Amino acid sequence: MLDGAQPSVLDVKDLKTVFKTRRGEVHAVNNVSFHLKAGELLGVVGESGSGKSVTMMSLIGLVPAPPAVVSGEGVYFEGQNLLTATDDELRAVRGARIGFVFQDPMTSLNPVFNVGFQLMEPLRKHMGMSKAKARVRAKELLELVGIPDAERRLKDYPHQFSGGMRQRVMIAIALACDPKVLIADEPTTALDVTIQAQILELMKDLRDKLGMAVVWITHDLGVIAGIADRVLVMYGGQVVEHAPVRELFANPKHPYTRALLETVPHVRGERAERLEVIEGQPPILRAHPTACPFRDRCDKAFDRCARENPSRYPVGPVHDVACFWDPETGGARDV
Amino acid sequence: MFDTAQRKKLVSVNGLKMYFPIHTGLLRRHTGDVKAVDDVSFDIYEGETLGLVGESGCGKSTCGRAVLRLYDPTAGTIEVDGTDISTTSQSGLRKMRPVMQMVFQDPQASLNPRMSVADIIGEPLREHTKKSKAERLDRIYELMDAVGLNRDFANRYPHEFSGGQRQRIGIARALALNPKFIVCDEPIAALDVSIQAQVVNLLEDLQSELGLTYLFISHDLSMVRHIADRVAVMYLGKVVELAPREGLYDDPKHPYTVALLSAVPEPDPAAHDSANRVILQGDVPSPSNPPQGCNFCTRCPKVMDICKQLDPEFREIEPGRFVACHLYNQ
Repeated sequence: MLDGAQPSVLDVKDLKTVFKTRRGEVHAVNNVSFHLKAGELLGVVGESGSGKSVTMMSLIGLVPAPPAVVSGEGVYFEGQNLLTATDDELRAVRGARIGFVFQDPMTSLNPVFNVGFQLMEPLRKHMGMSKAKARVRAKELLELVGIPDAERRLKDYPHQFSGGMRQRVMIAIALACDPKVLIADEPTTALDVTIQAQILELMKDLRDKLGMAVVWITHDLGVIAGIADRVLVMYGGQVVEHAPVRELFANPKHPYTRALLETVPHVRGERAERLEVIEGQPPILRAHPTACPFRDRCDKAFDRCARENPSRYPVGPVHDVACFWDPETGGARDV
Repeated sequence: MFDTAQRKKLVSVNGLKMYFPIHTGLLRRHTGDVKAVDDVSFDIYEGETLGLVGESGCGKSTCGRAVLRLYDPTAGTIEVDGTDISTTSQSGLRKMRPVMQMVFQDPQASLNPRMSVADIIGEPLREHTKKSKAERLDRIYELMDAVGLNRDFANRYPHEFSGGQRQRIGIARALALNPKFIVCDEPIAALDVSIQAQVVNLLEDLQSELGLTYLFISHDLSMVRHIADRVAVMYLGKVVELAPREGLYDDPKHPYTVALLSAVPEPDPAAHDSANRVILQGDVPSPSNPPQGCNFCTRCPKVMDICKQLDPEFREIEPGRFVACHLYNQ
């Protein structure tokens, strides 16, 4: 299990991202803080627009600025603050010590270069390998992610791979330089369930084998339940609940998490006659939130929720929740 | 449970084939076919929801479209409400359109961005009825109430709505002519989890109020378990299993159904530890070049010699349960 005293590889403090457009501001990420330990798999769940992808893009400078303005106390990675790092310093981190896998492998691979070239690119740029050495390593990487006939497949172009195989190539590229942290943004959303099951197994395997920390962004609670150690639940650009995976599913504290868990139907077990519904729409984040972003859809909301935005209150050893309502007493939290 | 014996068949599909020709070379010779739907038969009873599940590329959407004659099928018959529509002329088909309607997957792409909501919902009324402008507007308001859209938004345009609301507009349009049968092609795939439940509940409410019959196409097995009475599982252009909901989910027969169900990640961490997963190797073969014998023989964990030679027959092994697999042919 995870050791509490172990130092964090990645420490994000009060990250905030605002998009300043001609038609007003969008506060996409609001004071998000989290940490990540070596070998740990952190799941990030939320609906579209909850800020889960923008958070991860912001912390390594992948959001276009302008229009984005990224601020915060700091993003500490291996003793370096990425928020104050120069472009060159960031470039040395991205793709080398922090790897990425995106949702759609077809749009993130370059269609005019073969897979071998794209695998060798980070090896030659970041690790300074010669072409011959990089080719050997590229073949090893394809074998690592379970692509048969690796030697020959290096010469193939992205369109010659199936969706699942393409995502394996993306993972191989992300792993090329032995990253300390791998950020996977909805890596299985575009895939079929049987292929998704293959990729999930592969990721668990690789994490154990290589000991890297993984951030896994998804909207699928089923995927989170199967793969994550710890979970951040995001809503309206902020973290509303944070807990170890078993604790979160067994003992959810935030009304949003509770509703989310009830609204998804299951393939096994009891079948509900009618689905629970979270009424209303997610908020549009026009300004810095001065109230709880979930209050309009929350059946537990009371007057304080409209006046103040709750901060994250600890409710267990590694469990915290941003809510004024206390499920234990059924009344207001004593804060 | 849904009782099929008492009910009337509303839709009856027999030996439906939908091949798309491949033309290659300088002379564009016909060199092969993409067999998107290959000999599919099923019935849909009045008032029921038939779920059609499968992975991308298995032909489920093509099947749904062919059932409404949005494609001209290569072979087979499609009977809707007692009329064979597989060879009807376009003008004859037009008379049938009010009976059968469709809700599309992408509410963004299936609504004309230059038409207001009232125009979109009113278009089928203008095309198929002789209602006056005032009567049409009354009906439009009635439909907007029925799907939970605010009447004040009638003059707004699709881009002003969220995904869930847009899907409601698409549903209102499908309902405009009082259809009996609606094909829902992945109606919730583009929506967020919290919005999916809203739309599914709406579809269920409308079904019980108006006595609708649905063909519900989806890749989401847990949602199909919720909404469907009977479920058909497709793989590479063929229906491999068709069974009542409880039977299919509690005791799947076809090895593909077993694998598909075990691949769905459950939102419960404890279930993942105990789960005896069947993880399929490899990918789905190309529908232009399906393997010899059973289509699933390249990935099947229970493959036998006969599977590589003979295509298994789709037959009833228990009352109401159809399977195409050699395991059940002894």
